[in-house]
Amino acid sequence: MKIKKRILASGLIGLAFSTVLVACSSTADNQNNKQLSGNLTSVGSTAMQPFVEEASKTFMSNNPGVQINVQGGGSGQGLTAAMNDTADLGNSDIFAEEKQKIDASKLVDHKAFVVGIAPVVNPNVGVTNLTQQQLIDIFTGKIKNWKEVGGKDQAIVLVNRSESSGTRAAFAKFALKDNKEFRGKGGIVEDSSGTVRKIIGQTQGAIGYLAFSYVDNTVKALTLDGVQPTNENVTTNKWKVWAYEHIYTNANGKNKPLEEAFIKYILSDEVQKGLVTKLNYIPITNMKVERDASGNVK
Amino acid sequence: MNAKQMDRLATLFFYLVAILIVCTLIGLLGFILFKGISYISWDFLTEAPGSYILGEVGGIAPMLFNSFYLLILTMIITLPIGIGGGIYMAEYAKPTRFTKFLRLCMEVMSSLPSIIIGLFGLLLLVQYTGWGYTLAGGALALTIFNLPLMVRVVEQAITAVPKDQKEASLALGITHWQTITKIMLPVALPGIVTGTILAAGRIFGEAAALLFTAGMSSPNLDFTNWDPTAVSSPLNPFRPAATLSVYIWKVNSDSLSTQTAAIVSGGSAFILICVVLLFTIFARLLGKYIYRRLTSS
Amino acid sequence: MKERGNTSLAEKLQTPARRIFWTEWRGRSITYVSVWIVILILLSLLWFITSKGLQPFLNGEITLSQFFSTNWSPQDNKFGSLYIMLGSFMVTIGATLISAPLGISAAIFMTEIAPKWGKKVLQPATEILVGIPSVVYGFIGLTLLVPFIGKLIGGIGFGLLSGILVLSIMILPTIISISVDAIEAVPQKYREGSYALGATRWQTIWKIVLKTALPGLMTAVVLGMARAFGEALAVQMVIGNVPNAPFHFFISIHTLTSMITQNMGNTVPGETFNQILWSMALVLLLMTLVFILVIRLITRRRDVS
Repeated sequence: MKIKKRILASGLIGLAFSTVLVACSSTADNQNNKQLSGNLTSVGSTAMQPFVEEASKTFMSNNPGVQINVQGGGSGQGLTAAMNDTADLGNSDIFAEEKQKIDASKLVDHKAFVVGIAPVVNPNVGVTNLTQQQLIDIFTGKIKNWKEVGGKDQAIVLVNRSESSGTRAAFAKFALKDNKEFRGKGGIVEDSSGTVRKIIGQTQGAIGYLAFSYVDNTVKALTLDGVQPTNENVTTNKWKVWAYEHIYTNANGKNKPLEEAFIKYILSDEVQKGLVTKLNYIPITNMKVERDASGNVK
Repeated sequence: MNAKQMDRLATLFFYLVAILIVCTLIGLLGFILFKGISYISWDFLTEAPGSYILGEVGGIAPMLFNSFYLLILTMIITLPIGIGGGIYMAEYAKPTRFTKFLRLCMEVMSSLPSIIIGLFGLLLLVQYTGWGYTLAGGALALTIFNLPLMVRVVEQAITAVPKDQKEASLALGITHWQTITKIMLPVALPGIVTGTILAAGRIFGEAAALLFTAGMSSPNLDFTNWDPTAVSSPLNPFRPAATLSVYIWKVNSDSLSTQTAAIVSGGSAFILICVVLLFTIFARLLGKYIYRRLTSS
Repeated sequence: MKERGNTSLAEKLQTPARRIFWTEWRGRSITYVSVWIVILILLSLLWFITSKGLQPFLNGEITLSQFFSTNWSPQDNKFGSLYIMLGSFMVTIGATLISAPLGISAAIFMTEIAPKWGKKVLQPATEILVGIPSVVYGFIGLTLLVPFIGKLIGGIGFGLLSGILVLSIMILPTIISISVDAIEAVPQKYREGSYALGATRWQTIWKIVLKTALPGLMTAVVLGMARAFGEALAVQMVIGNVPNAPFHFFISIHTLTSMITQNMGNTVPGETFNQILWSMALVLLLMTLVFILVIRLITRRRDVS
């Protein structure tokens, strides 16, 4: 196998000699002069898909022998595909341990980056801070009007994500303390962060939740018990509502070397300080705490 | 109110309904066409989609290609089966219980919701075969979607062939099968072609059956590589492929910027409508042209 | 063939016959195989969806009464889907209530009132309406209808009413084209008889044409309903997707199709939530069969009378 790969690789070098040379000399992280080649398939989380696409574009131009095929499909599809080894990389918004019917022992977890999630309201509701209990009461329907929490006399409109969404799972777990009353009733369910932001910005009395990177001046992010939703507060877990974005690989995957090279690239400073920061996500390398699947923080 | 006044009132009502429907259509088309045309540019048609996390719009070239390629693949699979089935229904089916059952099957199949066909495809062509999301899976799902329509088109076209032509051929001692292929099919051809083009329009816009079969993404295509076995080749039937309609849905349901989504889906909808309109007009003109040629001779 | 040299005259004469027989047989088989392919596809589809949809009940993950309850909360493994099914029914019925009178009136216009103008303008118009892809309807609903309703009523505009309006336009061409066929099939002498008795056009339409064409018109409406019930993407884009009780025009609701499209990708095959989605697909399939059964009953009554 190895010899075959070598032959293939050398053939590719011959074919694209000049480009390879340019690519090799120009990239800092490709110092091990071993040429990579082959195909990778990445399936899963639609929230991560654009990020993985972008990262794989640069990875492919650094390694011309490599083809990375990035697909969406959702976190569930990603985990299943990685577990069954039908795809090499399974992207997921949640821990494999949190999903039924997924055998986490067959998977290797690579945490790619972190997203902070903030409760977001229409700027006219007249509230800037909520206690966690108030937030829970709002999302479980006990508080129905903003005047009950010190805002204007406006009915509260809830904007949720769908039941199977990873953002919703993280918000329910860490912002609403897994409250059993939370059903996502009332208001509207949308899967697109852009649409959620637009609806909250346009609808009087609307509240929802968004990753930090989508918060702009058309909506207002709330402080929770006085804590600001900032990247710094996430890295110390002072702001508790955040989630890992995972790339899972199969423990016995058939494309091990290539998978490892790609994951290494994702975790490199080039991506973490570059793409991740540019998209206003939180680099995994900045995290000062670690959280496991059951929510315990170290 | 007497009967005459009632009659006038009813006539007025029917005119109003007709005007309402025409206005709705003009409104819909006008909205898509006027809103969309401002987004169309050469780059929009020839470039790959931008990375929409960065708010880039990019183009729709791969999706446009996928839509047409999927249409061609589907037609390659559907046409022989559809023509075979149509011939059977028109010529060989005797009024037996089996034929009744067959007609029921066709009826059920033609009214299956396309999402159900998509789910069946997900089960059989994606999960069971282990292919993942592929063009081939999408084409097979669309085949299921299109087959009953194709069979009906062919059956109607053959049944419409004048009886004396068929009888004259049979009287010359030409066998049934040869009569079908040499005499009846050529005469039925205009009808089959028109029906096929109209069906193609339906396939072109279909999305629900493709979400879970051909997938919602498209790899970076290398339009200089036409080797169907290469991963980045546009011709590779075992790669995922988002079509134009699927792309519109996807951009609207999980795009990150509503502005980008509006531009991308506005432009894509414009192209989609144009292609479907062209199909419809082309089918009508072709039908008329062939009809004129047949009647004038 | 290889013994061509020794063949007798009789055999030589038989050869073309045999060849003809062979091509005839081959042709027949090709058509036969095509037909069987269609049947096998359909049967396996029915089998796969049914067995997948029954699984959660057979495995004891959920009981029928739980499935048909209103307690929907996936995080506690409660999958009462009644409101979601009712959501599908409500948008379907609402759309039909708008489209059936409009569609049948349009068909009457095209056949009885102004056949020339109707055929020239309305028929191509319906053909184009049929051709517009459902995502485009959804997109128009999302960018035009939803904000409009939101502004008119106040609130967000997503919900039952938006779904009904989008669907009613989508099923209109189905109803129109089949109604036209049904009305055209009414023998011309019925109308002449009516006019000869001094009836006005409206009386003729109302008492003679519509009555005679009734089974065909009902078929048109039921087919339109079937299309509305199974439509997925356009509906999903405008109804708001919350499993509320679907009895109010301006609140967000869910339908079977929207629930399936939204959650199929994010759930894991084998997980209860995922299995329930397949059960919903089965409900969708069964409803399609019911619609076809209804059409069969309608047309059979016509055959008898």
